[in-house]
Amino acid sequence: MAFDIQKIRDNFPILKRQVNGFPLVYLDNAATSQKPKAVIDCLVNYYSQYNANIHRGVHTLSQEATDAYEQARRKVQNHFSIAYPETVIFTSGTTHGINLVAHGFTTLLKKGEEVLVSAMEHHSNIVPWQMLCEKTGAKLKVIPMNEQGELRMEVYSELLSSKTRLVFVNHVSNALGTINPIETIIQKAHQVGAAVLVDGAQACAHMKPNLKLLDVDFYVTSAHKMCGPTGVGMLYGKKEWLEKLPPFQGGGEMIKEVTFEKTTYAELPHKFEAGTPNIAGGICFGAALDYLNHIGFDAITAYETELLAYATQQLQSIEGLKIFGTAPQKTSVISFNLEGIHPYDVGTILDKMGIAVRTGHHCAQPIMDFYHIPGTVRASFAFYNTKEEVDRLISAVKKAQKMLR
Amino acid sequence: MTIKTIQDELIDEFSFFEDWTDKYEHLIELGKSLPLIAPSLKTDDRLIKGCQSKVWLHAALENDKVVFTSDSDAIITKGIIAVLIRVFSNQTPEAIIEADSSFIDKIGLKEHLSPTRANGLVSMLKQMKLYAIAFQSQLKTT
Repeated sequence: MAFDIQKIRDNFPILKRQVNGFPLVYLDNAATSQKPKAVIDCLVNYYSQYNANIHRGVHTLSQEATDAYEQARRKVQNHFSIAYPETVIFTSGTTHGINLVAHGFTTLLKKGEEVLVSAMEHHSNIVPWQMLCEKTGAKLKVIPMNEQGELRMEVYSELLSSKTRLVFVNHVSNALGTINPIETIIQKAHQVGAAVLVDGAQACAHMKPNLKLLDVDFYVTSAHKMCGPTGVGMLYGKKEWLEKLPPFQGGGEMIKEVTFEKTTYAELPHKFEAGTPNIAGGICFGAALDYLNHIGFDAITAYETELLAYATQQLQSIEGLKIFGTAPQKTSVISFNLEGIHPYDVGTILDKMGIAVRTGHHCAQPIMDFYHIPGTVRASFAFYNTKEEVDRLISAVKKAQKMLR
Repeated sequence: MTIKTIQDELIDEFSFFEDWTDKYEHLIELGKSLPLIAPSLKTDDRLIKGCQSKVWLHAALENDKVVFTSDSDAIITKGIIAVLIRVFSNQTPEAIIEADSSFIDKIGLKEHLSPTRANGLVSMLKQMKLYAIAFQSQLKTT
């Protein structure tokens, strides 16, 4: 499909909204993406045509819902090039997936063993590992980053040893947009026998990872950042790992047989999918993948790369503006500050002009500490943003600078 | 002046601006007149939680009236505190406790009351009232 930006924008009803008297410019895509009509229709269709609980009922609606849910699992499997559908676990989102793996490792980690985590992690990717290390007596070590916002790979190599059991790193940094070299990170970890969990929350809206080629042990992501509904995500794990990990939550669906003496856990993926899942969410996650694949990730990447280059160049032309995160390998995220002006003030003025950005520490306090700043203004772009919107951002930033100086 | 009089005065003052730019410029201007907290009092225990920017608030009882001083690293936030201080500083604890805060809506700063704004206007108000309650009980016991 040819990349027709106007047609694409027409797919997103919310982009027609006015905010504070201005047409909305939505540049908070790293927080959550907007939803195309195909996904909204999918939700409405589910609830108005075949809402039923899945995997249990013998009636027609339950069959239809189960089929659609399992078909969505296949879509996720195909999208991420995953070998077996049962290694796709539907979760409530990235954080859930991370916690599930961290919980599982409490039974596998021993005192004195080590867990490596990158310096540019989101809070949700730090706290579970701290808790894990407290419980098991394992040690948490941090892979540092440099001024450009890239991981220091030479230090990573030094940190790896036979004691390393796990490495956790995000595919793309939410605060800086840096694309981490996960291929190398995975290869090196495997050389010392360590497993790798990659947080793909910020990557999957911009690229299509091939998990088979990556040979990654675990990969987690959220649907809502890639045009899907909130409250649903995916955990991929290699079969041998998922079989080894204990279940995270007890409940219906995850058991095979229950007697008062012993419960036998269900097969994958149900072992990790206790209770009634987010059925509509799962099905429409599939619809979101269909939508994105119809446009095609080659086209999305090409368009976003151009948009990022244009926005970066335009922002850099503003005097007193500093961009944080200048790695050559980046997704379309720009974190910046105006000299002497608090990011919160800038965000407030931009909002008055209909421009949605994120301000603050982006749940990545260690990165802010690294740069000695309270936070940044973060403009994050999607394939439905335009150069005209970048121009609106630029003139609004200039106005904010004038007002706040 | 009573709290009510000052609130009405502020509503009047802000109704003058039709354009949001002018209103915010005025707010920023007000921030510059904020009675600043003494640098030695800018300690972590005087930081108000729930703000994206840092806000320090201090209260002292002078002649049975509560006097607030404050500061913030963000200037719009500073303007908002300046408005609150203009209303609530130099008032008796009782008047502060009883005061309503609907004037914030009326001067067009309602959006700052939403918890998602994370500028902590709600937390600031709460903290001011808490100080007033503390001073009131202090006055009653002495």
